[in-house]
Amino acid sequence: MTLQIHEHDVIIVGAGGAGLSAAISAAEQGADVGVVCKSLLGKAHTVMAEGGIAASLGNMAPDDDWRSHFLDTMKGGWGLNDPKMAEIHALESPERVLDLERWGAVFDRTTDGKISQRNFGGHRYTRLAHVGDRTGLELIRTLQDKAVSLGIQVYMEYTITEILKDSTGKKMAGAFGYWRVTGLPVLFRAKKIILATGGSGMAYHVNSSSWEYTGDGPAMALRVGAELVDMAFVQFHPTGMVWPLSVKGTLVTEGVRGEGGVLKNSDGERFMFNYIPDAYVGSIADTEEEANRWADGDSSARPPPELLTRDVVARAILNEASEGRGSEHGGAYLDIASQRPTEFILQKLPAMYHQFKELAGIDITKEPMEVAPTCHYMMGGIRVDPETQETCVSGLYASGEAAGGLHGANRLGGNSLSDLLVFGNRAGIHAGQSAQKMKTFPKIPEDNIESAIDHLSFPFKNKSSGEHPFRLRDELQTIMEEYVGIKRDEEGLEKGIKEFQQLRSRDSNLFATGSQSYNAGWQTCFDLINLIDVSLAIAYSALERKESRGAHTRIDFPTPSDPLGKVKFIISLSSGKFNISSVSIPTPRKELLAMIKKDQTKQKSSGKK
Amino acid sequence: MSAEINTSSPPSSAPPTYPINYTFKIFRGNDKTGEFVDYEVPIDEGMVVLDAILSIQENQDTELAVRWNCKSGRCGSCGMEVNGMPKLACMTRLSDFDPKIPITVTPMKTFPILKDLVSDVSWNYEVNKTIQPFSPDEDSDFIYQQEDIERSREFRKCIECFLCQDVCHVLREHDKKDSFGGPRFFVRSAALHFHPEDTADRSEWLKEGQGGIGHCNITRCCTDVCPEHISITDNAIIPQKEYVVDNYYSILGWIKKQFNK
Repeated sequence: MTLQIHEHDVIIVGAGGAGLSAAISAAEQGADVGVVCKSLLGKAHTVMAEGGIAASLGNMAPDDDWRSHFLDTMKGGWGLNDPKMAEIHALESPERVLDLERWGAVFDRTTDGKISQRNFGGHRYTRLAHVGDRTGLELIRTLQDKAVSLGIQVYMEYTITEILKDSTGKKMAGAFGYWRVTGLPVLFRAKKIILATGGSGMAYHVNSSSWEYTGDGPAMALRVGAELVDMAFVQFHPTGMVWPLSVKGTLVTEGVRGEGGVLKNSDGERFMFNYIPDAYVGSIADTEEEANRWADGDSSARPPPELLTRDVVARAILNEASEGRGSEHGGAYLDIASQRPTEFILQKLPAMYHQFKELAGIDITKEPMEVAPTCHYMMGGIRVDPETQETCVSGLYASGEAAGGLHGANRLGGNSLSDLLVFGNRAGIHAGQSAQKMKTFPKIPEDNIESAIDHLSFPFKNKSSGEHPFRLRDELQTIMEEYVGIKRDEEGLEKGIKEFQQLRSRDSNLFATGSQSYNAGWQTCFDLINLIDVSLAIAYSALERKESRGAHTRIDFPTPSDPLGKVKFIISLSSGKFNISSVSIPTPRKELLAMIKKDQTKQKSSGKK
Repeated sequence: MSAEINTSSPPSSAPPTYPINYTFKIFRGNDKTGEFVDYEVPIDEGMVVLDAILSIQENQDTELAVRWNCKSGRCGSCGMEVNGMPKLACMTRLSDFDPKIPITVTPMKTFPILKDLVSDVSWNYEVNKTIQPFSPDEDSDFIYQQEDIERSREFRKCIECFLCQDVCHVLREHDKKDSFGGPRFFVRSAALHFHPEDTADRSEWLKEGQGGIGHCNITRCCTDVCPEHISITDNAIIPQKEYVVDNYYSILGWIKKQFNK
């Protein structure tokens, strides 16, 4: 079998926002960069991002600054965030947004000609830079154009199946996979590798992801000795489409609520007023009258409860439905038609209008939408150094959704795009700089390449009586939804883990037939191997975390536990076995700690009013 | 030619009982050889052509090749031809088709066929590289109004599905891939041209370079198939044809060119 071989100082796996940001920064350091992606350039999941990029530019709210963004991020993450990452993220996101503007992104404008910002859940100030509800498209096209203008080599429609190490077994040395067009093997030799593979939404039936989101980065990193962190925390976005079935799970942007949309149950009640958690009592409007004033721009009013964090809103919708007050197809009604004029909706939410009109036959300027939670984002991911984004495997980096730590127990809307810009940039700078200090490429033992090539063809050697890749994926998604979904308990998680262990022992029987060119069944075999490992990591972490916090809800431990609020769980893999350990979260530096305490006191006193 | 012509017949007035079996004639093969294979697929309410293809992949033939990502009309990956019309498979609802008549699905034919429903669109990425990138003034403060961006905003909606390239007869029938950029890239150069901070003059690319905008004789097929409803011909191509005329054939344009030489 002919082996394609390419060599670059830095190889980036993934061409979404994080991958392209990293590629641009690494190239600007002078490194020779190659980007490898599963799909065509410009199609990565970032393109689906709708609402905006959180950055304390202060264009709409002059009082906003990085400190408030830091505090909101920590509070939204239930204190489980890595404080250093949260600080860097809040500090650097405004500059990264301005980078995009300098590279040609056309953001919506304020009346004085600056970048306009919008409201989003959990952000105390009007903070999200946006482009209507197509922010992701603008972001990815801008980064794509910038990367092309820098002459960065892009390998489109390549699947990476393994990270290869050098002969010492300690350092990262290359990435191996195949070109989906021909199915032939390919080896990327590199001095540094950045994993920017995104999330693993395909672990659930109802998700807002494309087929690509199978946890490749975390799973491959785990197998070469890197660690995963915060894996219990899976974000279910409260508003996915519900009907028709064919689009179940497709995202409805939080921007609908940010622009004034409200949630109602089948009784027509704005039920979110009944779900304000203690930590937010006092900072959220408690009457419809006040909420409406806020939506109309009265800065003395407090924001509506529809803009509580995603974990809270998702649970509320589920609860309304389970108590018999759900919408026709088991969700809730999201209504902007009664709140805003048609022209406003068309200008601010054109993609939502288009999506509902074409796919559901609903005119959102006249009727409410039906929404329910959909698997949207992995807060957990590869554990990295907060400053450099390097993993514990020398030469291996991660950024964006594939990495973990920044968001803690729950991510605020808008913090994902800023995350991938800030930490993509940092990973690129550090990998680019350190690659240039290396004179030669690390050597990969020939045997390892041989066995990687051999592994590629295993599904073709299995007879068609083996495991059908799409059936096995279906089983996996059923287990995840049944035992590792929004609500969890010990019994279910233990059952789930047992079933995953069995699935894992069956994955070597997965089969594929036909040619290797563009073979969806064959591709799904490798996707599944990754999905199973990531799903197990989620289940183990969820079992260990005996509390409810943020996106992680344990029916048997319904409240947060103070001791568990101080630790992160780490998953590693040795000789095929999952290990789980805990590390304490570093204390924020003095100034930040004082800020957090002051903020909490302020909150409590306003709550008593 | 409008998008509606594609539909075989509207559904009857009585509400249908789902699932309904539809037959799909799908191209299987590559650039050299191929055939149409019939597949019968049970269709539920609200399903689109891509749902049917993925159902075939999961239940009948795991080898069937199709390119897709977002499944909601945002990424532009699943461009193909449904009953001969360039369409996004994820936005083409089956309720618009008569279940009694088989639906033919083929890849975009303007490009080489890699396998089944997947075409080799790499030529487009090469054309893109020939366009001078965004070029702002170095000392710009980037202060501009919402009304300044409305024009370029229309072009920035483009999801690069290449359906406009597929339908364009300059590329499809005349295969002018060596001297013509195609509608997608007139949309891109228009997005740059109308960007309030861009300063570059791309008239040479449009006239003499890979753009070759003179080949376009404004048949408007590209506008008809655009899933984002961009007025490609009227708002992107015609203004840039005029821009070329101003720069090459007006006295002022000619003088400006001599100075820039």
